[in-house]
Amino acid sequence: MAVCVAVISKENFPLFIKTIPTENELKFFYTVHTSLDVVEEKISNVGKNVNDMRELYLGLLYPTEDYKVYGYVTNTKVKFVIVVESSNTNLRDNEIRGMFRRLHNAYVDMMCNPFYTPGENISSKPFERIVDSMLVQD
Amino acid sequence: MSWASELPPDLLCRPLGLVVLTGLDNTYNAVHKAIWDAFCNNRRADRVPLQFKVLNLDHDYPKCRTKRTTYEWYVPKGILKSAWMNKHLDQVPSVVVVFFDLDWDEPLWKEKQMECATRIEIVRNSLDGRSTRVCVVLIQKNAPLPPGEDMVAAERAASFCSACELSAKSLFVLPNTDHLLGYVIRLENAFYEQAQSYYHTEARRVKAHKEFLNKTTHQLLYVRHQFKIAFFNELKQDTHTALKHYKQAYGNVLELRMLNTNMLEVKTVAGFINYKICRLSFQHNAPLDAISQFRKHIDFFKKKIGTGELSFEHSAWMSRQFQIFGDLFDEAIKLGLTAIQTQHPGFYYQQAANHSISRKQLCRGLCHPNITYPSPDPLEGLSSLDYYGQRPWRQGHQSIDPPDAAKEKDGILALQYLESTVDHEWIIIPLLSSAVTQFKKYKSPRMKRYLMVQMGEEYYHAKQYTNALSLLSRVTYDYRVEHWWPLLTNILITSLRCAYLVGNVEEYVALCLELISKYIPLSKEEKTRIQMNLIRVMSSDPPEPEPGCDADCVEKAKPLWKCETSKEQEQCMFTVEMQNIIPFVECKAAFSEETFTADVPIVLHIFLKTTCPFPMRFSKLSVLLNNQVYNQYCVVSDGQGIGSGESSEEQTGDLYLVPGKPKMYTFTYLPRQEDVGKTLQISSIALELGSETSRCSVLHWLHWSDSGSEGLILPAPEHSGKKKKKISSQEDLETVEWDLIDTNSSANLVPRVACVDVNIEHHSPALIMEFYHIKLNIKNTETSSTRNNSLSVGQKEKLDTFLDHTTHVTVDHAEYKDKVVPRREQVPLGNQGVLEPGEESNKSIFVKCLQPGTRTIVIRITYEVDVDVSGHMVTCTCEKEETITIPAVPPFEVTFLVKSMKFEAVESVHADCPFMVLTDINNSSQWPIQIQTSELKLSPFIKNVGENVQSQLESISLKSSEHAGECLCMVAPPVIQPTVPLGNYVIHWKRHGDDTLPSVTTTLPLPHVTLEHIPLAVDVDIPSNGSVRDTLPVTYTIYNKTGYIQEIEVTMDSSELFMLSGHKQLHFRILPSSKYKLNYNLYPLAPGHIPLPRLHLNMLRYPGTMDDIVHKMIPSHVFIMPQGKSNGITV
Repeated sequence: MAVCVAVISKENFPLFIKTIPTENELKFFYTVHTSLDVVEEKISNVGKNVNDMRELYLGLLYPTEDYKVYGYVTNTKVKFVIVVESSNTNLRDNEIRGMFRRLHNAYVDMMCNPFYTPGENISSKPFERIVDSMLVQD
Repeated sequence: MSWASELPPDLLCRPLGLVVLTGLDNTYNAVHKAIWDAFCNNRRADRVPLQFKVLNLDHDYPKCRTKRTTYEWYVPKGILKSAWMNKHLDQVPSVVVVFFDLDWDEPLWKEKQMECATRIEIVRNSLDGRSTRVCVVLIQKNAPLPPGEDMVAAERAASFCSACELSAKSLFVLPNTDHLLGYVIRLENAFYEQAQSYYHTEARRVKAHKEFLNKTTHQLLYVRHQFKIAFFNELKQDTHTALKHYKQAYGNVLELRMLNTNMLEVKTVAGFINYKICRLSFQHNAPLDAISQFRKHIDFFKKKIGTGELSFEHSAWMSRQFQIFGDLFDEAIKLGLTAIQTQHPGFYYQQAANHSISRKQLCRGLCHPNITYPSPDPLEGLSSLDYYGQRPWRQGHQSIDPPDAAKEKDGILALQYLESTVDHEWIIIPLLSSAVTQFKKYKSPRMKRYLMVQMGEEYYHAKQYTNALSLLSRVTYDYRVEHWWPLLTNILITSLRCAYLVGNVEEYVALCLELISKYIPLSKEEKTRIQMNLIRVMSSDPPEPEPGCDADCVEKAKPLWKCETSKEQEQCMFTVEMQNIIPFVECKAAFSEETFTADVPIVLHIFLKTTCPFPMRFSKLSVLLNNQVYNQYCVVSDGQGIGSGESSEEQTGDLYLVPGKPKMYTFTYLPRQEDVGKTLQISSIALELGSETSRCSVLHWLHWSDSGSEGLILPAPEHSGKKKKKISSQEDLETVEWDLIDTNSSANLVPRVACVDVNIEHHSPALIMEFYHIKLNIKNTETSSTRNNSLSVGQKEKLDTFLDHTTHVTVDHAEYKDKVVPRREQVPLGNQGVLEPGEESNKSIFVKCLQPGTRTIVIRITYEVDVDVSGHMVTCTCEKEETITIPAVPPFEVTFLVKSMKFEAVESVHADCPFMVLTDINNSSQWPIQIQTSELKLSPFIKNVGENVQSQLESISLKSSEHAGECLCMVAPPVIQPTVPLGNYVIHWKRHGDDTLPSVTTTLPLPHVTLEHIPLAVDVDIPSNGSVRDTLPVTYTIYNKTGYIQEIEVTMDSSELFMLSGHKQLHFRILPSSKYKLNYNLYPLAPGHIPLPRLHLNMLRYPGTMDDIVHKMIPSHVFIMPQGKSNGITV
């Protein structure tokens, strides 16, 4: 399963990042942050043709030696990033898509909470539970 | 451990076939020198890929080892001999060329031939056992004859070949003539062919060994042979075959037994072969092949660490592999390959850097700096190994376990010692720097920033603190903008250490300001520590060292801070720009109102809030406004030092800020009168920390604007939905959320509200051209007398230039002197501008509108008055403005009709015949109009009929939609023009009711008329009416208007209604300009409006045309009254 899940606002502010327990959390943060370069590039490329219905799932953003970074952008430009270990080969595209769908649904549910102000950091417990279910359990 | 992963230059170069030229005496023979220069100089890409060398005839080439007939008992000692590539690149030639001066017509032919044969023999001997080709080039002075003509040459060539045991194909002739280069190129091509065939045979020879090998003992040889075949093919310039064999070699490498003892060797060779494969793949324009080969290579070997104690060696090797591939990739891009954002050399450089970083970490863990270097040196001969990648202390051993455990240990220790002397940072930083360049090129700013952070950290590890600080400070801004606080914190902490270690006070303070703000996710203890350090620095004490710094450097830094603090007792002031960072103190500013009148003090609130863990005392708060005069009023100073703890109660200048408790500072000051009408804007806010006399940091918020006042921390957009609240007291402040504090950084200064009553009386719409009267009554309702009262009135400015040009405004007097004045300014009111309280002033304004349209007239009254503003007498300028709109409409419509004397509408008039013009004036406005008089201004072509013409419209008053008319009789003397203007009709009028106003003159043009010239004119003298049976005398007078005698026939019709006496039929002549009278007495027989007997005129000069014209001139009917009874009585 994933080693890091992140939700990033349309202004590229981090709204939520959770990684597997590790001492080098920062590295994941940087990985997620740098993946935004590719996300932005992909979004801007689509923007040129208005009629194109953009697929939300962006696929593999870029591979690093140890991790694979996948991206997903909602229609409101909220970005989801999932980092998976490169050695984990039994996760296929379909599984990743499924994870993003679950994440999106959880995000939508969380947004429906009237006490949540959009743009704030996400602190919803149900949302976190779903993210936890996606992270690697050791 | 760079030697283990470095690629030898023989591998890196492009293999070129070696051709040795002998028999050339470059030192003494100019011809030979020229030939050599032609071979070796200017070798561009279009020349054949060969390497030429000049050697002596008897040069000692490497000896050819005796060929093994069987490999049965042979155990290879290693994979690739380190000398082999060089041997075939630089030592063993594919072709040896013997140059010899010999012409076909040489007299001593036999001797020369012998000499040459000897030379060839020497060469052959020194090449003993090699299949190197030998060629002979005869340098000849004469140009050759066409082939087949020189019989001597053919014969001698044949004999030469047989004498030297040379094939005819290996004998060449080089005429020493003008076209040397051309001949040389042809020779080169011939040599190239020979070289290719040589390398081809060599490759086949190596291939032939294969059948002797077996998989168990000769695994290494499989690799070696394939590599050799590939290399020979490369020398042959057959890169496709070479690539094929390199791939096979690589496949064989993967099948090798890999043990800790030979792992380095395997990886080294695998790296070599991988390099060749990738390089050739890029060369064949198959970058995807290269990338996938490299991935395969890395995936296979990344887990093959080898000896644990030397695992840093593996990281070094990995790093090198990535770097090499990055270089190859980059090279290919320079040659035209296009890369994309997710696949470019930057990734490989980055990985190389990462592996180098892990190498450094492994080195930290494995190598102890106090290792004593073992003796004897186990690494002796490191630079001259027989086989690539073997350990110097056990060369040639292929056994599973190291032959000597003690030696092995010493070797490992020696390698660890060497590793610990390496400055890893200087390997990592250039790699990162290459990666930064690439990521910048491929539009990945965040990745670029991340790499820069890594670079900064490496600089920090390399103790290049200044570099680290400047590099890190370049990237922090973007992390702030995107709110990635954890990353920012990480960078700031490193920066803070650097700033501490180099004693950079400004950076140190700026970093502290940011690190203790609420956005930085640090523990409270950590923040407390930083804040205490900040307070220490600002009170000119040295701060505590940052934890985690290198101990030596801390010791070096301590004196820096000491002397910093001692020498800077004078003054040290520096500014920190707050809009670039996220400081722990936040600031908002608001004017209490959006507009201030001149007689009210301006109130400015500044809100300050700190988010640090402990209270903080600032020394001074000052607000800088766009108008610097007011800056002096907007300063708060705190008298106490930064260290004093408690909040001083009820003291004016208290800048002691308790975290989470916003504080409000209010500045109140009076506006200057000259600034009325301007906008007051906060340009910046400065908050000083520390003492101005020693060390002081100015926290400066610049470019102040409502949106920017929050700096980088933009409020969440949803906040804008909530209502912002205006704060006017400290109590309010504590109840309102900080984000919801309303801010406005600018206020308008407007004049004091005027206390005057203005009454305007006027009756719109105005009539065009009239002096439209506006009555103005101004009453001073101030409590004191006002000065400099003045009135400005006029058409509203900048509205319409057309209206400006057609609106004339006067005050007091209604006059117009052909010059339009649309505005009157500064007309004094009252007694020289002074109005006492309650005094009134009346003014008349006259507006003359020259054209229709709606005018907007602005009436502005300004005055000065002394006002008491909180104890001060302030002179305020007040202004009152009133606006009225006046539509201008035409007063009347005038129509003109041209008629004949019979009141019949005519299209043309006859010259010298009188005609009528009827005027009709219709009052179309809603106001009554008084017409004083009207007059005719006739053009020179027209005359009045009769003298003393008087206006028939004198002093006539017209109500709305009433008409007035006039009948004007005029005559046109004969002129040449076919149409003539009649002239102008002038009406003098004014609005009814106001006798004081002058009348207005409106001039209207009369229509043009068409003139007709008629040769005859007929005047009829007839009473206006007659009675039955009463004589009615009629005289027709006929005028000749021409310059000729006219003959005329007249006939009079008889009528039943009249008895008639006079000429019934007459023929006469009229002299030019004279007349003829015809007298008739008519005796009417019936009453009524009855037709007269008709007079027919016929001019003999114009037969048949005159009758109708004459009929129009003379009356056709007459009114006859019945005979009354009384009439009879009187008769």
